Amino acid sequence: MELTRRDAAAALAAIGATGGVALGVRRATDDRGGGPGDDEADAAWDGEGPPDDEAVREAMTAVARVLYPEEVSGIGAFVDRFLDGRLDGSAHAEGVRAAVAEVESAARSWYDAPVAELSAAERDDLLRGLGADTAEEDPGGTAAERVRFFVVNELLLALYSSPTGGELVGIENPQGYAGGAESYQEGPR
Amino acid sequence: MSGAESVGDERSEAEGGADEEVDRTPVPDADVCVVGAGPAGALVADRLAGDREVVVLDAGPRFDPADRLARQERAIRPFYGRPDVWGVGGARDAHENAGDWFYPLNHARVKGIGGSTLHWQGMVMRLHEDDFNSGTERGVGPDWPVDYADLRPYYAEAEKELGVAGASDNPYAPPREEPHPMPAFEPSYSDSLFAEACEELGIDMHSVPNARNSEPYDDRSPCVGYGTCQPVCPSGAKYDATVHVERAEERGATVVDRAPVERLEHDGDDRVTAAVYATPDGERHRQAADAFVVAAGGVETPRLLLLSDSDRYPDGLANGSGHVGEFFMDHLFAGAGGTLDEETRQNHVGFYTSACDQFYDEADAEQAPFKLEFFNYAGPSPVEMALTGDDWGDPLLERLRDGYGNHVAMGGLVEQAPQADSRITLADDRTDDRGNPVPQMEWTVGERALDTIERANEIQVEILEELGADVEWVAGPDATGPAYHHMGTTRMSDDPDSGVVDADCRTHDLDNCWIASSSVFPTSGAMNPTLTIAALALRVADDVEARLSGM
Ligand SMILES: Cc1cc2nc3c(=O)[nH]c(=O)nc-3n(C[C@H](O)[C@H](O)[C@H](O)COP(=O)(O)OP(=O)(O)OC[C@H]3O[C@@H](n4cnc5c(N)ncnc54)[C@H](O)[C@@H]3O)c2cc1C
Ligand code: SF4
Repeated sequence: MELTRRDAAAALAAIGATGGVALGVRRATDDRGGGPGDDEADAAWDGEGPPDDEAVREAMTAVARVLYPEEVSGIGAFVDRFLDGRLDGSAHAEGVRAAVAEVESAARSWYDAPVAELSAAERDDLLRGLGADTAEEDPGGTAAERVRFFVVNELLLALYSSPTGGELVGIENPQGYAGGAESYQEGPR
Repeated sequence: MSGAESVGDERSEAEGGADEEVDRTPVPDADVCVVGAGPAGALVADRLAGDREVVVLDAGPRFDPADRLARQERAIRPFYGRPDVWGVGGARDAHENAGDWFYPLNHARVKGIGGSTLHWQGMVMRLHEDDFNSGTERGVGPDWPVDYADLRPYYAEAEKELGVAGASDNPYAPPREEPHPMPAFEPSYSDSLFAEACEELGIDMHSVPNARNSEPYDDRSPCVGYGTCQPVCPSGAKYDATVHVERAEERGATVVDRAPVERLEHDGDDRVTAAVYATPDGERHRQAADAFVVAAGGVETPRLLLLSDSDRYPDGLANGSGHVGEFFMDHLFAGAGGTLDEETRQNHVGFYTSACDQFYDEADAEQAPFKLEFFNYAGPSPVEMALTGDDWGDPLLERLRDGYGNHVAMGGLVEQAPQADSRITLADDRTDDRGNPVPQMEWTVGERALDTIERANEIQVEILEELGADVEWVAGPDATGPAYHHMGTTRMSDDPDSGVVDADCRTHDLDNCWIASSSVFPTSGAMNPTLTIAALALRVADDVEARLSGM
């Protein structure tokens, strides 16, 4: 199932990040459906200090490819557009950058490569190694809890509050998506 | 600003932001001072503001409408508890529980401009005619000193003020003179499944009135299906009292946030003279006025009266009867749910569209009135499920598909009879952020309500079984909880020894003090209280105006 511009807009609207950001203004990165190395990992950021937005986008997209189910395509453009709205001047945007820095620094020290260059299995191991699978989200917690909040749940929230993400589960109008006051009346599709 | 945690923490004093410029000093020559900016206070203020100098003081903050989506994110993300969505809790909202039954007070209210309607679900029914005569008709509790006919025109007005979507298909509802202001929401898909089972059993289903726009109304959006009505509606389709606060301000009222009233002062002629309130800068002010309307909700209203004790009123202001704080009641939840072997399409919206009032008026001394609800939000919401668990990718999707899709559930509310030992008092040794004794909840529920919960459960299980559901849970007498409706704590009575306020909701002891709240309900019925609160608030406003004109 393909994630569309509407999904990214919906995910942003669900969490209040549309303010002031024109969706789709940025070039969407090419997305051919997953697999490591799809995106060129040529970000100028060298792994030191806070990552720039381009590096955040690369890393978040790479992580999304393991968090999202196989049958989802269009991940690169979706995450990119979603982050257009999330990487604003807020405390939240800072939290995302800092958590991505944790993930990148672990990737570099354990695998000697940025997240985007790891295989899917390595990215999965990396997130589990960081404890982001068992941690409960907490924006002010341990590294694992912050990665869970700002990276893992950030991306899962984006997917499953969008119409396409909801539809995967059987609800085209999921909580958080303003999908109208008709779908609740309709029978199974 | 995006992000759930980017929203300020309204509980903390430091979160004033660019707040310094806000003028929180008293309004000179005020006619009316209203304490509390929930629906009760906001409706009184709006109604009086055109002709009178009105000032409203509220303990909580003014929430930025631009933050509603971030609050919705809080509603969905597991890190945040329900009280966090609207910044409830902390020292400001401390309380004690000392009764047989635990009462989760900070899940049950919001402090701030708009009050608890920011969080509410917005189901708005009229009480039944017998609810006003419970003593005579059912042999339980006192009769109200007003009856349905007295409130009927005010109910109609309240429905217009709040914006109610409803239909006249409910044969059990009390008589009404005109249609609801908006058409009812269409029944849900799962309602159609329930309808077959109910028909088989001879149980009637009908629409249910919602304070939620089924079409554009009052310059507010129709419902767009965000599905998080409780605790936050980002679209404004669900009514909340900011509607009337804003209108009152446009008509000239002054509304002061973060201004908790700590006591009411009176003179030797049994008139309230001033509301003493605190402001975030640590100052204390006195707001004088000719008339006072206390609309601080069913817990803080009796607390404020108890805090305002004086030599003349040693047991608390307006407490000549000794009943301030007593007879605390809530509605008890009765529910059951399970799964079907087919899709049920839940959690698209956060409100319900069908109910059953068929058994309501069977009530007598043994059986309480109760109503049944057919949920549209049974079982888990996939997005919330997705954020907890140690899986992702395909295994997570698998888990979501297993967990979502075929749940059904019913709810219901049951009346509790008034009991003097179910009450709000002041805690002996615990104070809030201002050093004032916190409310102590002693909530007790009697046998009649517990037996009636069982009766409601029987019907619910019968319907679910007829539907072919595998019944997986029953919220019976042991698992029941409150519906967050705070009633009875300043009860209404013609007799000054038996009640705190008279039939006009004016305190027996003080001539210029009214109470607008479900705290005046002598008995509670089993209908959600806020439409009745609104009707009484409009009536209070008319009485205040009449008395000010006659002064
Ligand atoms: C989760 C939830 C769901 C609900 N669903 C429904 C429903 O579907 N239908 C229904 O009818 N009802 C429902 N209710 C109840 C409904 O919200 C209340 O009945 C209604 O808001 C009460 O209105 P009020 O103005 O009396 O009090 P509130 O709305 O509680 O407002 C009181 C205000 O007074 C202020 N205040 C308190 N103390 C002071 C003080 N000392 N000085 C100054 N200000 C003070 C508070 O800050 C607050 O803003 C629900 C409530 C909750 C919590
Ligand atoms: S479903 Fe609820 S939250 Fe969503 S728009 Fe309608 S009323 Fe508001």
